[in-house]
Amino acid sequence: MHPAKSVIFFTTTTGAGYGLLFWLAVLSYRGLVGPDFMFGLIAFGIAFTLVVAGLLSSTLHLGHPERAWRALSQWRSSWLSREGLLAVLTFIPTGLFALAWIFLGSVSGPIIWLGLLGAVMSLATVYTTSMIYGSLKAIPAWSIGWTSPGYLVLSLMSGAVLACGLVVLGGYWQAADWLMLPTLFFLAFGLVIKLSYWSNIDRPLANTAETATGLGEFGKVRMIESPHDQPNYLLKEMGYSIARKHSKKLRRIAVICAFILPFALVVGGWLVPEMAQYFLSVATLLCGLGLVVERWLFFAEAKHVVTLYYDQ
Amino acid sequence: MTSLPKNPSGKKLGLVIDLDICVGCHACAVNCKEWNTSGKMAPLTDLEPYGAKPDGVWFNRIHTFEAISDAGISRTVHFPKSCLHCDDAPCVTVCPTGASYKREEDGIVLVNTDICIGCKLCSWACPYGAREYDEDEGVMKKCTLCVDKIYNENLPEESRVPACVSTCPTGARSFGDLGDPNSEVSKLVAAREGYALMPEQGTRPVNRYLPPRPKQVGGGEASAPRMLAHQDDSDDGAGLLASWVDKVLSR
Ligand code: SF4
Ligand code: SF4
Ligand code: SF4
Repeated sequence: MHPAKSVIFFTTTTGAGYGLLFWLAVLSYRGLVGPDFMFGLIAFGIAFTLVVAGLLSSTLHLGHPERAWRALSQWRSSWLSREGLLAVLTFIPTGLFALAWIFLGSVSGPIIWLGLLGAVMSLATVYTTSMIYGSLKAIPAWSIGWTSPGYLVLSLMSGAVLACGLVVLGGYWQAADWLMLPTLFFLAFGLVIKLSYWSNIDRPLANTAETATGLGEFGKVRMIESPHDQPNYLLKEMGYSIARKHSKKLRRIAVICAFILPFALVVGGWLVPEMAQYFLSVATLLCGLGLVVERWLFFAEAKHVVTLYYDQ
Repeated sequence: MTSLPKNPSGKKLGLVIDLDICVGCHACAVNCKEWNTSGKMAPLTDLEPYGAKPDGVWFNRIHTFEAISDAGISRTVHFPKSCLHCDDAPCVTVCPTGASYKREEDGIVLVNTDICIGCKLCSWACPYGAREYDEDEGVMKKCTLCVDKIYNENLPEESRVPACVSTCPTGARSFGDLGDPNSEVSKLVAAREGYALMPEQGTRPVNRYLPPRPKQVGGGEASAPRMLAHQDDSDDGAGLLASWVDKVLSR
């Protein structure tokens, strides 16, 4: 598939933003960070910027952005519609929680439950995002079942790395101490899931040019005349083949940047607390970069079955 | 609206394409473009039509495949491909706006371009590449089964068939109700063992393809025009100059 910048940006930033919202609620539920004005302003500021920027980029690439509101109507059948609706609804609990944290300076009583509800809805939104792709049978790499676990775990992972960085910078050592373990766990878990995803999509497709044309009984099928001599919409959108050439190298970059180096840096921050803020800032940047490469591959490597009609 | 119709009438209008007689002339694609560029989903925008990289919206595309058996017997098959008006159309259920829909009364799958947001998801969901995005208008377009022709009372009865069907010079395309087992098209499909494309995708297409008939083997002189002997292929007897010219030119 064509790796459009807008969807790569959309899925990575909303994933990290919702992940951060999740961990902020959990940390506050455990009483590890207080409803401090500055910290709240910066942490929620980053989380909402990531989410809003991602959602906006996904609407701006539409042919008719001014009609985007219509996408909220078909939640009965469409995962894209469910995602839009849930993204809007999630702003209610998360937004109220952030406002209470920042302006009331209190997250006690019902407010913390609002925060936790927001955390659950954030993850649910990430799940609906993953199902936009995971429900497309015509793209076997996405529909084999590893897409949703991947999106959920990577969202929790990038959110955790971000949250870790923020609590260290904010001087919440207790919170940092507690959060490092889940962060390391999700970095490792994320790597395992991604490696499984890749080994799964490397298997040959069940669909072939023979099954696509139904001409298999006559022998091996190849296209000898294309319907058009210049690429059309289908080939531009779905016939992207550059990734397959460089996929090994790019996968290595993604593995090192998104998982291995951040893991080492978080461990470093735990061992050498004086250096933790530097280690975690670098870890956050590398993780973000690695996830952009990972997401680029997610789109670029996924093969659409229509390419079988074009001998690709 | 993007849920599939709950009480379909049982009528399933669609096409039957005979791969045995299609000669790959692209006439159906051209007439499809001609009719539809002023039809229900008009226009079928072209970008750079006379430039180096022409591109544009077409509802019907003709591929040509070769199938080679283990014994080395090869068959050329021209393969027209347009929307199959699937019963379980994934392009409809993924649509977030209700722009894509399947008609209850005859199963035709259409796009309401007035409310389409151009998210392209439906074209990702279609396994067959039957939807093409109109870059210029920012909306999705697709085969309408010529809904504005087949029901058009301003046309004489015999013209009320899709443009691709009426124009095909070999009669490789038929149109009718595939939901009715007694219709002409259903009988044709039964007689020729017509098949659906990629049934494993679970889309349950309505359109059917009729497989090429078995190749006639043997048959001797009567079955094919005799090859003319190409005497000037060898340089036996050709003059020195002539064979030198032949050598130079065939480099
Ligand atoms: S062929 Fe494609 S566009 Fe047509 S109904 Fe089936 S899935 Fe939808
Ligand atoms: S491109 Fe239009 S018709 Fe297709 S899914 Fe999006 S809104 Fe629906
Ligand atoms: S039925 Fe009409 S719109 Fe569909 S391929 Fe034929 S001519 Fe084109």
